[in-house]
Amino acid sequence: MKELKCDCGHVNPHGTVLCESCGKVLEEKEKDKKLLDMRYEGSARRSQTYNKTIIDKIWNFFSSVKVGVWLIVITLVASALGTILPQEMYIPPIMPAAEYYEDQYGWIGKLYYDLGFHNLYSSWWYLILIASIGISLVICSLDRVVPLYRALKKQRVSRHESYLQRQRVFGVSEVEETDKAFSMAKEKLKEKKYNIREEDGNLLAEKGRFSRWGPYVNHVGLIIFLIGGMLRFVPGMYVDKILWIREGETKVIPETNGEYYLKNDAFILEVYDKEKDNEVFGEAIDKAGMVAKNYQSNVTLYKKQGDAVAGEEADLEKVKDYEIRVNEPLKFEKFALYQVDYKLDELNKMSFALTNKQTGEEFGDLTIDLNDPKDIYDLGNGYKTEIVSYFPDFEFDENGEPVTKSRIPNNPAFVFKMFTPDKPDGEISFVAIRQTIEPFGDNEYKMAFKGVDTKNVSALTVRKDLTLWIIALGGAIFMIGVAQGSYWNHRRIWLRRVNGEVWVAGHTNKNWHGLKREIEAVLDGTGINEPEDQLQNQSEKKS
Amino acid sequence: MVNLSSNLLYTAFILYLIATVFFAGSIKDKKNPKKGPNKSATLGLWISIIGFIAQLGYFITRWIAAGHAPVSNLFEFTTFFGMSLVGAFIVIYLIYKTPILGVFTLPVALLMIAYASMFPREVSPLIPALQSDWLHIHVTTAAVGQAILAVSFAAGIIYLVKSVDQTKQSKQRFWLEAVMFGLVCTLGFVIISSTFSAMGYKAEFNWIDKNGQEAVLEYHMPALTGPNEGQLLTEGKFEPLAEMPAIINAKKLNTVIWSLTSGIILYLLLRAILRKRVGAALQPLAKNINLDLVDEIGYRSVLIGFPVFTLGALIFAMIWAQIAWTRFWGWDPKEVWALITFLFYAAYLHLRLSKGWHGEKSAWLAVIGFIIIMFNLVAVNLVIAGLHSYAGS
Repeated sequence: MKELKCDCGHVNPHGTVLCESCGKVLEEKEKDKKLLDMRYEGSARRSQTYNKTIIDKIWNFFSSVKVGVWLIVITLVASALGTILPQEMYIPPIMPAAEYYEDQYGWIGKLYYDLGFHNLYSSWWYLILIASIGISLVICSLDRVVPLYRALKKQRVSRHESYLQRQRVFGVSEVEETDKAFSMAKEKLKEKKYNIREEDGNLLAEKGRFSRWGPYVNHVGLIIFLIGGMLRFVPGMYVDKILWIREGETKVIPETNGEYYLKNDAFILEVYDKEKDNEVFGEAIDKAGMVAKNYQSNVTLYKKQGDAVAGEEADLEKVKDYEIRVNEPLKFEKFALYQVDYKLDELNKMSFALTNKQTGEEFGDLTIDLNDPKDIYDLGNGYKTEIVSYFPDFEFDENGEPVTKSRIPNNPAFVFKMFTPDKPDGEISFVAIRQTIEPFGDNEYKMAFKGVDTKNVSALTVRKDLTLWIIALGGAIFMIGVAQGSYWNHRRIWLRRVNGEVWVAGHTNKNWHGLKREIEAVLDGTGINEPEDQLQNQSEKKS
Repeated sequence: MVNLSSNLLYTAFILYLIATVFFAGSIKDKKNPKKGPNKSATLGLWISIIGFIAQLGYFITRWIAAGHAPVSNLFEFTTFFGMSLVGAFIVIYLIYKTPILGVFTLPVALLMIAYASMFPREVSPLIPALQSDWLHIHVTTAAVGQAILAVSFAAGIIYLVKSVDQTKQSKQRFWLEAVMFGLVCTLGFVIISSTFSAMGYKAEFNWIDKNGQEAVLEYHMPALTGPNEGQLLTEGKFEPLAEMPAIINAKKLNTVIWSLTSGIILYLLLRAILRKRVGAALQPLAKNINLDLVDEIGYRSVLIGFPVFTLGALIFAMIWAQIAWTRFWGWDPKEVWALITFLFYAAYLHLRLSKGWHGEKSAWLAVIGFIIIMFNLVAVNLVIAGLHSYAGS
């Protein structure tokens, strides 16, 4: 590997544009430029130096900021496309997605669905885009940060004349008492918190170098964030389950290995009340009709004790009572339970009386638990009722047969067999809400409807996300890096004696206005002239 | 308390208007060639500061009255955005002392506040998802971030007003004028909505929605585009010129048409009075400003605003989403558009650093960035419904 030895004696790595030590231009192409390209301090970047092997080519592709920007822009446009119509996860589950999009949005909806945009953010090509951004982040950063670190570490105080001349902020002054001017400037630079190094009577004042690392710190944060996002797909890291639980019910919490149980003591829905709540809300409540105030599940968390054999009642120990509200999940171990949905007044129990149709005489009541009906209800004195069939969510199918849509008792229906002393073989009756069919002719007895008992149901999301701390760490590092790079500036001011003159040059990675004002303040009263902004002069001459 | 609050908002609005006049006056003042702000600009600054304090008063009194931070619906949020824009302007003005920034920033803030007042203004109670301290932490930080980014839009416009050649036909000249037209249309919307609302215009329609259900719709502007199978219920009101299919929101389309029409009329009037393009008419204001300085103001605003925006609109947003919605990220349209804004300004910074996109290119990017922010504010709330569309009708 060819190394570049500068006139000043410093040995630079192959590909260096500006000598790391004295700043002399080493690259032929750069020599006739009026101003130096100070990006990355003219250091030797791998991507600018090698382009032979396939690895070089891949490296060079991803290390290009141009490619990075394209990746960002493509991701941006793709993300926007995904918001034209709602994503599949946000459409109501009333019909299959394929039909829904066409039904609701016409041919645009069909096209959207056919292109796979209804699940855009989990499509393979979107994930590839994100992954490419991740790769670009790593390679771009590595390609720049190492040489930049070297160049800033090796820089010496007395920079080459050609380096100073070709800084954007540069000026030459004839000063009577150079030493005095230098010491005055030095005092003022110290006041402004500059680090000062001196060498052969020349001076380098520098501050905020750490802001140059901001971009690399924030890229590290982003990479950690993306890794955190990927870890979600590792089994066991992420749980997303929904638990529908009725009032009074105790259920095992999914994904806890049967360790934890939850009892729903009550579900509470509150709405704003014009009379009781803050009166300023009156107008808004009138307009909206009803505004929800609180969704709350009062629950008790239990932990299983010992090893219960399957089928045996588990021995539960109470852990705690908690009121789960929106914004106030119940947390235990690595889990959190969130209030996400509810259903009011679900049918829970139905009561009937076995009644003689003619006399109206009743022979005992029975109450059916719609979620756990018994087979036979014995009413005593030879009267009993058998449930032959039960349809919790009843409808007639296309053949006219009774079927159930689900196991949820939305519309319960029963086939009863009523046994009485005078009808020992039993009478069959089909009973649904507001509907009774007697398939074998007129019965003498009927199941007279007595009443219902309803319960509320809470829907709770069961969440475990072991990636959160990585995501949070990545986010925090990103914020630190971005603040570091945005709110601090890397400023350098060079003062050099050249043949009895004083040369001043300044450089900053951004906010030139601030640098110029600072130099103005530092040089004020020293007799050294304020340097000029050569870039500005150039553009003013042009216009 | 609510009354006091809205009076303070009116006061702030008027003061911003006066401050704009003073800032504009300070530029025309030719007797004062010396560097730095003149008397008129200093007055403008003080009036802006008093206006800002008045609006802060509006914010605090409304917070006290409602019991929650007034950033919970479109009116409150947009008003807060306007206030943050003024705040961001004041801070940046104190760094760079350029009166022209006031001439361009304050009118944008005024337009925002005026636009905000077109939405329902009553104090609304918080739905369960919004009942959290993260409401004010997340929303205010996001708005402040966007407002600082919006200063770069004002700087970009100043840059373009000065640098775009108005004597020759060019793409630049056309698009700059298009931006001006967009601003005029916003004004048109404000004027036409407040006119009809002052007249108390109301027309009810019976119509059939896209699910085939019959529904009632109330228009507050004469219906040019009527709803699907709409029947005018209110007597003596304007019969629609055209009926829209159910899939199109005829009422919103109607508002858009009215705003555009009044925008066009307003714009033509302006052209007739000015006898030149709006961009050309503004050019003398930018005569004395140094382009490099404006470019730097724009860049600086992005640098200051980007981390604040990221913190508020992404990081705080994710923390709250994890608490309220069980997951830190869910591809809700508002979330996606915050990500798009983030990506856009990330691209801006990279282009500037590595590709040397300074000056005019950078100014155009700042304009596009602001359009994205406005899209997220307006279109995502009103057109693309999602979890965030808690407001507006």
